[in-house]
Amino acid sequence: MNDRINTIVARLGQQPGPLLLVLHAIQDELGFIPSDAIPLVAQGLNLSRAEVHGVVSFYHYFRHSPPGRHTVRICRAESCQAMNGTALEQQAQRHLGIGFNETTSDGAVSLEPVYCLGACACSPAVMINDELHGRVTPARLDELLAQCRERT
Amino acid sequence: MSTVVYVPRDAAALALGAEQVAQAIAAQAQKSGLDVTIRRNGSRGLYWLEPLVEVETPQGRVAYGPVSVKDVAGLFTAGFLSGKAHALCLGATAQHPYLIRQNRLTFARVGVIDPVSISDYLAHGGFQGLQRALGMEPAQIVQCVTDSGLRGRGGAAFPTGIKWRTVLDTAATQKYITCNADEGDSGTYADRMLMEGDPYLLIEGMTIAALAVGATQGYIYLRAEYPHAHKILNEAIALAYQQHYLGAQLLGSAHRFDLEVRLGAGAYICGEETSMLESLEGRRGEVRVRPPLPAVKGLFGKPTVVNNVISLATVPTILQHGAAHYRDYGIGRSRGTLPIQLAGNLKRPGLVELAFGVSLRELLYDYGGGSASGRPLRAVQIGGPLGAYLPAQQFDTLIDYEALSAVGALLGHGGIVAFDDTVDMAHMARYAMEFCAVESCGKCTPCRIGSTRGVEVIDRLLRGVDGEAQLRQLESLCDTMAEGSLCGLGGMTPFPVRSAVKYFREDFLKPRPGIQGSQHARA
Repeated sequence: MNDRINTIVARLGQQPGPLLLVLHAIQDELGFIPSDAIPLVAQGLNLSRAEVHGVVSFYHYFRHSPPGRHTVRICRAESCQAMNGTALEQQAQRHLGIGFNETTSDGAVSLEPVYCLGACACSPAVMINDELHGRVTPARLDELLAQCRERT
Repeated sequence: MSTVVYVPRDAAALALGAEQVAQAIAAQAQKSGLDVTIRRNGSRGLYWLEPLVEVETPQGRVAYGPVSVKDVAGLFTAGFLSGKAHALCLGATAQHPYLIRQNRLTFARVGVIDPVSISDYLAHGGFQGLQRALGMEPAQIVQCVTDSGLRGRGGAAFPTGIKWRTVLDTAATQKYITCNADEGDSGTYADRMLMEGDPYLLIEGMTIAALAVGATQGYIYLRAEYPHAHKILNEAIALAYQQHYLGAQLLGSAHRFDLEVRLGAGAYICGEETSMLESLEGRRGEVRVRPPLPAVKGLFGKPTVVNNVISLATVPTILQHGAAHYRDYGIGRSRGTLPIQLAGNLKRPGLVELAFGVSLRELLYDYGGGSASGRPLRAVQIGGPLGAYLPAQQFDTLIDYEALSAVGALLGHGGIVAFDDTVDMAHMARYAMEFCAVESCGKCTPCRIGSTRGVEVIDRLLRGVDGEAQLRQLESLCDTMAEGSLCGLGGMTPFPVRSAVKYFREDFLKPRPGIQGSQHARA
């Protein structure tokens, strides 16, 4: 893993303001930002560990632990609330038996809140991995969640 | 001859099954031995009709929607490839009542062309603004934008030309053009639609900005929640480099402009311009104290233009047709057109680009068709999570920066979220405080602590603990946040909260049997 991180740092380190680029590349490759990566990135970019940790922890998108095989993001923003999105939040938590920012014990699904997916003209919206779903009904959400648990 | 069928690749159309529909059309055509070319366009913005499929006929494009996979076989049987009648047929797309009364200047090509085809872009008047700008002095370009009356469409409504003038007048070895594509406001999606439907327009606008102020490097700061836009922008930028619309010797001139997309990482605050610059530099997205303005000391300490996607995408049209053409639309000090985004509980949500001066009522009922639920509309929130809530008695307010300001609201990025009469405005006010607490960068106390205290005060209200005293406390808290915060996040969270209290006071004081405080979604 250290080699992979060092390779990413070497590849992107010369870009102006490279830290977010590097962190995105690490998360794309490993699925999260392991705590072991922080000193490596700090050393490679000539930053303090505190600076790198500060950035990783500031941004909601960066994960500190491995995600489930699927990431389900439920929009909590106003437009989705106006179309019963709040019910979907509760339904997803019930269906999966976990709260927001948790992963099911079989490692299948991570559940995250998201604040607007830009699909406000087809609220309520849900994003599963990189796939967006609009006008999600409770029945459709159950179907999508069930698919997540089946697919490996 | 091959029949051309358009199926959008816009993220929201895909969210409603456009990809599956495109595949079903291709499969059915093959099965029937018909020669069909499927082209992928952006969205026309008629989202209640997405996936909206269009067929090119000798009489023009004919629309069908909303099309699902199970409709495809029937469409073929009905002869949709020659524009024949079908239950889903909407007639000529350009004549659709939702579109025909719009003033689509900035969105003229969105949904019409293949977004990544440079030849499509050129055939529809693309790069003419840039051609014109290449023959002008920087100060002339800035003057043209100033004369158009264009004000920042991100929400701050600052005159774009004046911002550019400052960057032009500040001497430096390096200047930057940055595009704020961190479209985080709920109810807004115009930036996304434009980037996914007409990315060269943004590239052209940024290039013109670069010529105007003497910059050679640009960054598009795109939110991570927009993977589809990311892909399309990168495709378009690569093709633009190949054909010398980016890079050295721009269109054979001596100018150079390089452009790169940088991804955000899920922080709403990075839509604030100085926080965005911090993030682009690879740091925590904490707000900078101004002055110095970014136009003087911005990205990496250099003079920097920070403009929203729509502001930049409006520039090519202004250069192409002249400042007066754009300025002639609109009313008062709100010149030109605004891409308004209708969202939430509406029958016909979608993108409506109109000259300033249209009333909320027209938008909500004539365009939006009233509520999707069939119940009366009770409130709208304009301008995202930091925008005010307005009740039905304010629906005659006009879309105009000053008119909205006069009723204590703001236009923001032009998103309108409608709520029916089931909405609980105390919950919406609580959500506004909760959102601020989740998204606060933490730098200043009124925002960081004030928002958390705000949630607590509203929770006490919801539990029915001494309502009037809690409302006084809430007002005092709002005052501290509005006056004491460093930036708009803490400074403007009082807009939704105070407007909810002002117009919907009964929701804060009504008895609520069995209520429990709900938990925060993010610690």
